[in-house]
Amino acid sequence: MKAVVTVMLKEGVLDPQGKAIGHALGVLGFTGVGEVRVGKRIELDLAENDPEAARKSAEDMGSSLLANLVIESFKVEIV
Amino acid sequence: MKAAIVVFPGINRERDMAIALELATGHRPRMIWHKETVLEGIDLVVLPGGFSSGDYLRCGAMAAHSPIMPAIHEHARRGGHVLGVCNGFQILTEAGLLPGALLRNAGLRFLSMDCHLRVERADTDFAGHYQNGQVFRAPMAHGDGNYFASAETLNRLEGEGLVGFRYVTPTGAITDAANRNGSQRNIAGIYSPNLRVLGLMPHPEDLVDPLMGGTDGKPLFDGLAAALAA
Repeated sequence: MKAVVTVMLKEGVLDPQGKAIGHALGVLGFTGVGEVRVGKRIELDLAENDPEAARKSAEDMGSSLLANLVIESFKVEIV
Repeated sequence: MKAAIVVFPGINRERDMAIALELATGHRPRMIWHKETVLEGIDLVVLPGGFSSGDYLRCGAMAAHSPIMPAIHEHARRGGHVLGVCNGFQILTEAGLLPGALLRNAGLRFLSMDCHLRVERADTDFAGHYQNGQVFRAPMAHGDGNYFASAETLNRLEGEGLVGFRYVTPTGAITDAANRNGSQRNIAGIYSPNLRVLGLMPHPEDLVDPLMGGTDGKPLFDGLAAALAA
């Protein structure tokens, strides 16, 4: 099964990359862009065939390595 | 003082650290490869600066799970001394040995320049050869040195006197301009509750000899050598 883990900085944590991208979009003439946040997408090929077990496994990976829960949150999708 | 420097792949400041420790103690520190699992007869473990595992995922994220790390946790649990500088500080936070995290510098730029640090408390084994409130110069070289922690954690650090060093002007004032990486409350270094684990973003080991342009960082190593002399 494939799991997609999306890691984002938590609300309230400064995201200078997002700010820089938002600024550049404004320079390019794109209007109406509010806050821009940047995250990471991590795709995992898992040997597991049971979706729930795959989800549990990916969530364990998320909390132990893929995300730093002090500053980031993550979500898992099984695809 | 018996010191050991842990070498992770991608680390590049281990020899600078060895020079600083040898100048202070007269002994060459042990170099420990990160795949080793035992730390014996060591008073001070140093996690040096560099780019462990290429800073992939997050700075220090892989190193925090290296085979040597359980022995470092055990060393700290027994009250052993640990110094993490730059990437070493990032590794200590990733490993949960110190609270908070080091984010991307607020201005997004890699900062390679001198900064000024104020000694927030001199009554520790690390800062004993400085004076309270003393300002000293230290080189910094990092892209992710922006110290972040929750307001609750910051208040606890301040309340318990665990903020060791802050970014200040040359005259010791806490200003935003002196805080180039955007760290919360100008924090450059923090201690564990027992004051035996120090994480520090700038590099005192790179100013320990007049040939390096100054000796502002030397008191840190001399202080450690004196405190841990046995």
